[in-house]
Amino acid sequence: MRLLYFAWLRAKIGTAEEELALPRGVEDVAGLLEWLKSRGPGYAEALKNLETVRVAVNQDYVGPEHRVRDGDEVAIFPPVTGG
Amino acid sequence: MIRVQREDFDVGLELEQLTKGNPRIGGVASFIGLVRDLGGGDRVEALTLEHYPGMTERKLAEIEAEANRRWPLDASLIIHRYGRLEPGDRIVLVATASPHREAALAACHFLIDWLKTDAPFWKSEETPQGERWVAARSEDDEATRRWKVTK
Repeated sequence: MRLLYFAWLRAKIGTAEEELALPRGVEDVAGLLEWLKSRGPGYAEALKNLETVRVAVNQDYVGPEHRVRDGDEVAIFPPVTGG
Repeated sequence: MIRVQREDFDVGLELEQLTKGNPRIGGVASFIGLVRDLGGGDRVEALTLEHYPGMTERKLAEIEAEANRRWPLDASLIIHRYGRLEPGDRIVLVATASPHREAALAACHFLIDWLKTDAPFWKSEETPQGERWVAARSEDDEATRRWKVTK
């Protein structure tokens, strides 16, 4: 799967984009975020408060129970501030 | 029509092109968003807009389609810029055209409210205290919620 990070989530995690295989045991967005937290202090810090984290799978907003699959484009970012 | 671009736009020219050749149009409403020089009580020297290429265009097109479902519009346009901008610079243009003013005004208001909470853009401000990400405002969520019938 392809993971994309934007705004301060990108800055804290330290990368804009990465490719990885769907981790064993991860079934949905909530599981993926939990798994990402264990990848390092930058991830843990960025994902500490999930109320300020939004997720889009294949460019559509989704909730924590949305299932993830290998091949998905998963974007993780803060609430938007355009306009 | 939607456009996501780094370059500035000419409001007069855009509005002229929006209505050109369609004499059914009796009214055009527009909203232009500008960079303010103040944010959270601090002086803002510049703003950088980051976006999610692909999803941005997709969300803007969805929002525009929704406005066209709700109101009888003859034409609509959303232009949103990204990159580094300075106070006074234009960020966004929303314009709607219809035979009568009610639909154009309401659809224009809807588009800018909805765009603010749904289109994946993020602002980072340069202030004398350093650079910082702008936090989302709950008032913006409230503004969008007013329009929600289903979603």
